[in-house]
Amino acid sequence: MSGVRLLVGTRKGAFVLTSDGKRQDWKVEGPLFGGWEVFHVKASPADPKRIFASLSKGWFGQVIQRSDDGGKNWEPIGNEFTYGSGPGNHLWYDGSERPFEFTRIWQFHPSREDPDVVLAGAEDAAIFRSEDGGRNWNELTSLRASTGSGWQPGAGGLCLHTILSNPADPAQLRIAISAAGVFGSEDSGKNWKPMNRGLSSEYIPDPDAEIGHCVHRIANHPDRPEVLFMQKHWDVMRSDDGGANWREISGNLPSDFGFAIGVHAHEPETVYVVPITSDSEHFPPEGRLRVYRSRTGGNEWEPLTSGLPQENCYVNVLRGAMSLDDLDPCGVYFGTTAGQVYASADDGDSWTEIVRDLPAVLSVEVQTLS
Amino acid sequence: MIRVRLPEQLRTLAGVGKEVGVEVAGEITLRGVIDAIEASYPMLRGTIRDPATGRRRPYIRFFVAEQDYSNLSPDDPLPTALSGGREVLMVVGAIAGG
Repeated sequence: MSGVRLLVGTRKGAFVLTSDGKRQDWKVEGPLFGGWEVFHVKASPADPKRIFASLSKGWFGQVIQRSDDGGKNWEPIGNEFTYGSGPGNHLWYDGSERPFEFTRIWQFHPSREDPDVVLAGAEDAAIFRSEDGGRNWNELTSLRASTGSGWQPGAGGLCLHTILSNPADPAQLRIAISAAGVFGSEDSGKNWKPMNRGLSSEYIPDPDAEIGHCVHRIANHPDRPEVLFMQKHWDVMRSDDGGANWREISGNLPSDFGFAIGVHAHEPETVYVVPITSDSEHFPPEGRLRVYRSRTGGNEWEPLTSGLPQENCYVNVLRGAMSLDDLDPCGVYFGTTAGQVYASADDGDSWTEIVRDLPAVLSVEVQTLS
Repeated sequence: MIRVRLPEQLRTLAGVGKEVGVEVAGEITLRGVIDAIEASYPMLRGTIRDPATGRRRPYIRFFVAEQDYSNLSPDDPLPTALSGGREVLMVVGAIAGG
């Protein structure tokens, strides 16, 4: 029987939540790596038992762990991320120059075909590639070479937080950096170009600039990779041409600020966001935790509230903390900064709290297990 | 043999007890000791010093015999009392966070 496994990264360790295909009863295991900030835990589509975990800590830097048995046993692997040629400096918050320095990995993007190949998005923003299961990492330097000297961090750091690839053409990549924007490559990362036309951000001198946009998350459907959805700092956006042009689809959302965005596994026009009040008020509008769903690819949104707290709720849902499974009906999952993980087994119509009181949730990834 | 006491998080990561012993040829320096630790316990590479810059991580401190050697140059000699395990090099995670 099919089942699901949630890989949850938190401020103080990782947790593994498992259930069968009904997704009603859950087993919670953890913490793994107690005390470490776990920014991302991601399994390989090519080998579902291979899982990568990104651990970091202010005291001890970055450690990458890998499991080859579905999370039972782990081993530290390569944690040397050396910046290659390219601009030595980026811009700091105050506009001064500051050297690119590695802090942590925000996101893994394992290959769908080869379990030894994995991309990793870093802070300070850079993309690395491993061809030996994460033991050695090499930067794809042309990303920073293009415009990196002009990048500035968002409040969360200068992080490359999202990596997408086209299942039909793995050489086609789209990545997002806070606060630089979206960049695309058609040749496995050898060449990159900014893809931010149509974005408008009032917090930069030129609101329509080629770079400088604080893109919080991008998502797509594997069958329609040319259609991209974006939760920007403010504004929910959509591109129908692989990121070449963007248009706003915020429509009737109560706030178009937010972090997470996801696409339904079987309905490419069904999109989910979690509106957050504002960039200074990182909690849901009116203290009501609502996921909003659009079945029309944007603009028309409906609140999903059943099972979610509708009063006195002041949590945040971070950019990596939403994930959707491949079952039918589609399962939707998200975690909060107050340590709850919510699940819906019916496309978002109703929600249950799988677990509460975990450390603040940084990331949620779901694996659909056969 | 040089005795090194590691902070709890690094003991867990390396799967070792409170102290480890490493061999350092010639003069005992921070660079030599950390090189030896990383050679014996590859999972600790980059946790005590930044692998790119070689700089001590800011919240890490090095104590020997109640003296702080954290700001010693990596190639300056450490106390000879470390030789033969008469004293212990303590790698300490500084208190931070309240």
